[in-house]
Amino acid sequence: MENIIEVRDLNLFYGEKQALKNINMDIRKNSITALIGPSGCGKSTFLRTLNRMNDLVDGVKIEGSIKIEGQEIYDKNYDTISLRKKVGMVFQQPNPFPMSIYDNIAYGPRVHGIKDKKTLDKIVEDSLRQAAIFDEVKDSLKKSALGLSGGQQQRICIARALAVHPDILLMDEPTSALDPISTLKIEELMEQLKKNYTVVVVTHNMQQAARVSDGTAFFLVGDLVEFGSTKQIFSYPKDKRTEDYITGRFG
Amino acid sequence: MRSKFDEQLNVLHVDLLNMAYLIQNAIQNAMKYFFEADIEGAKQIIKDDENVNHYQKKIENICFNLLIQQQPVARDLRTITAALKMVTDMERIGDHASDISELVIDMKDCPILFNEGKFKEMYSDVVAMLIQSINAYVNRNMDLAKEVIDMDDNVDQLFESNKEDLIQLIHNNPEKGRAAVDLLMVNKYLERIGDHVTNIAEWVIYSLDNDPENKEE
Repeated sequence: MENIIEVRDLNLFYGEKQALKNINMDIRKNSITALIGPSGCGKSTFLRTLNRMNDLVDGVKIEGSIKIEGQEIYDKNYDTISLRKKVGMVFQQPNPFPMSIYDNIAYGPRVHGIKDKKTLDKIVEDSLRQAAIFDEVKDSLKKSALGLSGGQQQRICIARALAVHPDILLMDEPTSALDPISTLKIEELMEQLKKNYTVVVVTHNMQQAARVSDGTAFFLVGDLVEFGSTKQIFSYPKDKRTEDYITGRFG
Repeated sequence: MRSKFDEQLNVLHVDLLNMAYLIQNAIQNAMKYFFEADIEGAKQIIKDDENVNHYQKKIENICFNLLIQQQPVARDLRTITAALKMVTDMERIGDHASDISELVIDMKDCPILFNEGKFKEMYSDVVAMLIQSINAYVNRNMDLAKEVIDMDDNVDQLFESNKEDLIQLIHNNPEKGRAAVDLLMVNKYLERIGDHVTNIAEWVIYSLDNDPENKEE
């Protein structure tokens, strides 16, 4: 299978502090990749380099190369608007906009110039279906998204990210604020999503990484210590630091 | 960090050692009572097998609890999986000691002392293999476990040799046929015990080996 993301010699500094050290990583298309590691290890920072969210941080310096679908995203001519369209993101806390469910989903397509109501209706329905929440909200599309449960809000946020037809979906601890049933729904959804999207997910939940991902990358103080198939990482980790972390021997 | 987990693993190791000690005694005594035709001793072994079964259930429970509570991965998962598989083989070894003891109770003739030496070599071999395989598990020593697997070759050769001798015995002395068949059964039980110990050693290697290439079949 082809690589959709290719990271080469990536270094990231917050001022003097180096947060990512010489990261090299290939992510296959239509796969789910879990990023694991203790707090402050660089996994969320790495995730945010994939859609250039770190550009917004003061004093950040990034070296190296990240290619998405063969194109260098840190090239000065690269269009960040199209990058954000291509690479969607879902955060830890569900963050629907304070507007109706319909308008939440239609927001992105409208920003990108789609005005036709029929087209928008179809995008909203398709996105909600792909996020496995259409049946729950189809009769209340005009109601505020803030009235939904946390698990439903998170699926609305996933639908909102899907509405602009990204290729890649980044998820930063998408279930850590959710109850076990909502978590399971999101995990099942991820399995569905990988048919059409490439998913990269940061998680502190080791069992979640083992359950949902195809590949797992273990980060430690800015280093990518080990990246392999999830089965290999959780049954035969090659690096002792990986083994110590996943078996809880750290600290 | 994970001190409770390590404590639970330690309890598991101690119970495996206790169970191994029980089955080691069971094999040694079963053979001793066989050659002495000690029916009371044989009955005691069958009764004591309940303790072996008790340990099997206890160890299985510890493993299930560890799986639920700790959701182990990597080396921990292999250690616990290996323990679960090992107790099944250990329980079967206990059963074979009882099988030998039942032969003692039912024996009409005194056991013939024919080729006692080879039988003694065979059961001291399987006992040594058992002790070494458990040592390998507790001390995380893969070389010891590999040696156990090699040692089983001698047990298999003794089994074949005893079988030929017994066929000859029946041919020459048909009146000793029943005793010869009893001995043939003991011969088979000891050979099976050797196989179960080999399984234990293989599970020890599984729990220690960090190379997935050795497992993918």
